Amino acid sequence: MARRNRIMNTRAARTFVIALLLCLGSVHGWAQQNDQKKNDQKQNDQKQNDQQQMRGLDEQIQEIKSDALSIAAELSQLEEKLLYPSGTQVAVFIALAKGDQMRLDAVRLQIDGQLVAHYIYSFKELEALRKGGVQRIYVGNVATGDHQLEVLVDGKLKGGADFSRTKQFTFRKEVKPKLVELTLAGSDSGNTPIALGER
Amino acid sequence: MRAPHRWLIGLGLALGVATRPVTGGDLRDLYFGEALYHAYQGQYFDALQRLDTELAQYHRLDEPKLDTLHYHINDAEFSVGDFELNYRMHLRAGRAIKAVLEGAVDEAVRNEAAFRLARIHFQKGQLDDALHALGRIEGTVPAQIKSDVEFLRANIYMATGRPSEAVKVLEPLRSDQSLAGFAAYNLGIALLQDGRQHEAIEQLDKAGQLPASDPAGLAIRDKSNLVLGTLLFESANFERAKQSLDRVRLEGPFSNQALLRAGSAEASADHYDRALVPWNILVEREPTDVAVQEAMLAVPHAYASLNLHGRAALMYGRALDLFSNQLEKVDASIDSIKEGRFLKALVREESREDQNWVIGLRSLPGAPETYYLMELMASHDFQTALHNYLDVEDVRSKLMAWQTGLAAFDDIIRLRRQNYEPLLPGVDAQFRELDARMRLRLEQRKHLSERLQVILTAPRPDYLATADERIAGERVALIEKQLGDADSPESLALRQRAARLRGALTWRQETEYPERLTAAYQHLAESKTQVDALTRQYDAFVRTRQAATHSYAGYDVQIARLRERVGDALQRVDILIARQGQMIETVAINQLEARRERLAAQQTEARFGVADSFDRAARAQSGAEGR
Repeated sequence: MARRNRIMNTRAARTFVIALLLCLGSVHGWAQQNDQKKNDQKQNDQKQNDQQQMRGLDEQIQEIKSDALSIAAELSQLEEKLLYPSGTQVAVFIALAKGDQMRLDAVRLQIDGQLVAHYIYSFKELEALRKGGVQRIYVGNVATGDHQLEVLVDGKLKGGADFSRTKQFTFRKEVKPKLVELTLAGSDSGNTPIALGER
Repeated sequence: MRAPHRWLIGLGLALGVATRPVTGGDLRDLYFGEALYHAYQGQYFDALQRLDTELAQYHRLDEPKLDTLHYHINDAEFSVGDFELNYRMHLRAGRAIKAVLEGAVDEAVRNEAAFRLARIHFQKGQLDDALHALGRIEGTVPAQIKSDVEFLRANIYMATGRPSEAVKVLEPLRSDQSLAGFAAYNLGIALLQDGRQHEAIEQLDKAGQLPASDPAGLAIRDKSNLVLGTLLFESANFERAKQSLDRVRLEGPFSNQALLRAGSAEASADHYDRALVPWNILVEREPTDVAVQEAMLAVPHAYASLNLHGRAALMYGRALDLFSNQLEKVDASIDSIKEGRFLKALVREESREDQNWVIGLRSLPGAPETYYLMELMASHDFQTALHNYLDVEDVRSKLMAWQTGLAAFDDIIRLRRQNYEPLLPGVDAQFRELDARMRLRLEQRKHLSERLQVILTAPRPDYLATADERIAGERVALIEKQLGDADSPESLALRQRAARLRGALTWRQETEYPERLTAAYQHLAESKTQVDALTRQYDAFVRTRQAATHSYAGYDVQIARLRERVGDALQRVDILIARQGQMIETVAINQLEARRERLAAQQTEARFGVADSFDRAARAQSGAEGR
């Protein structure tokens, strides 16, 4: 068990190597080794004290995180009621087709001729989409009835060729919130480059 | 005594699980997908916020089976626990999974829930609870978690000091492709814990030669070789130790330690010339690294042992310069931290955009507070403290943004009230008038409809008389009334004419009755389209009218309450940030001071080495001249 601890604890392992080198070098090293042990003991005491304080703070931080999440939930509910009431709410989501290797650079959306979103993707966002995440790119308000949605997608195909597609769709807004899902795929994947799903 | 073990084996577990996607199959709930989108980017607060809201809504539904989240409900409940753990909310993590475990779910789902709960307990350090949760797994275990369950079980055994049981569990896992490196490494450690050193060495040797291509696999292979090398070194098997240490990649996270130990293994076998090869590579690396600083002394020591005292003196001199320089840097770091600049550098948002932000910070010009950040980050305590600090700082930014947001909501509400309140009374008055007219017409239509229903069973042609016929009929009736009962020939002739007229009217109504009835139905049906359009317009108006009121009325209490909660949370956050910041500074200063002491000792050692080497070189030279 004692041996195992030496192996697991990198500090101890380093100390061992250091001590060995010092022993090989001079007698002076032995005194140094004793000092080192005292220092280690002092550091361990200090560390334990710090850890106790940290644990207490950690619990308080978890509580504040929990409160912040609860406030965020209430705020988002309020925001939805105030800014995007269900009667007029429309949300557009972006997803990548499963397994698609297109490098999505940007998406531009127009609703009834008005530019509502123009998003440029970072590496992290693209990776999140590739893993199956769905981005809510736009939330807004439209009147009930039919609306035109124009989608422009820019990116690069797996082979490195530029890829750009524009497509128009018509969606119908009813009394309940409208969710529009756009599934994007590269033209070399065999999937429809821009597919619309309505909910 | 348990903590280092747990860290070591937990690393394997964490890496193993992180490669598994949170959900499989096609995503049907867009908001769950949105939560995953945030989680995949490490934005766990946003992920939790979205998923908490979705789950709360789902559980409030009368028929949750009709909701799209129903297809992912188990994944969603499991993910909440994962997100909470990743967001360092250990106290909360596991609640959602417990709910799944206690709900009416099928065996496979319950077993997966038990596994996830056990994993959370393990990561929280609640080892007995973790084992208890694993004990709840019975019957069919989903194939995709079967190996993970056993791997976790082995880790718990190791962390609770039951290595022989861990060995039994780990042995069959060696053939599992996804866990190969981790299972092999942990098996080696379990054997070592069990006192079977020879078998442990052979096992670690195998683990150190497993094929790997991904960063996690390569890292665990390096770790296997490093641990094996250290073990063999301690057993004085220097040649084999060196072979093992040579297998550690030169650019991996364990390379500096491996190079240092490889040199030590050679030096221990008196192969100082060979020891110089790894050590000379090491001394050219990042000078803040402990292994590099150790090598700075080891290299001249090796030269001295090879009787190259002049070269040794030069290298000791170089080491002396480096230690002096590093001492200055450590002092500058400590001073800078004491001045509060360290925390400011850490929270700079632009620096955190990059995945390698810690490395980036070190190269900031004129920022001595960050020189030793990488070395500080190697400490688990410091990492935890730093992450907590950054999390609270992030919460503070959010709270401040929400405070501004609430003020904006107030403005929106005020402007909407100013706009709608003067307009609405007039609109309401107009609406009431239109509403009355509309109701009247609808009532009339209803009456007609009922009448048509009645004459279907009891025909009444007179109900379907045209307006002209009705007028004509009334005029005939008036004439008949005026003629009275007079029996003069003229009156009789007139009565006969009137009777003919009435007969003609009746004849037309009776003979045209079927067509008229059909036409009446058609007209009624046609009017339905118009009535429907009118009703839709009416409903749309009512909704819009309600929306107008709802857009500004009824928010005051909620906003006031939220403002109070945000303000209260901000106060608490400010106190916590100050305390946590102080804690980070203390931990950083303590560690840097410890490092300072070590550097000072190394400086003395180097100084002694310079003097000693010059002395020996001088003696060697005079000896040579004497000869």
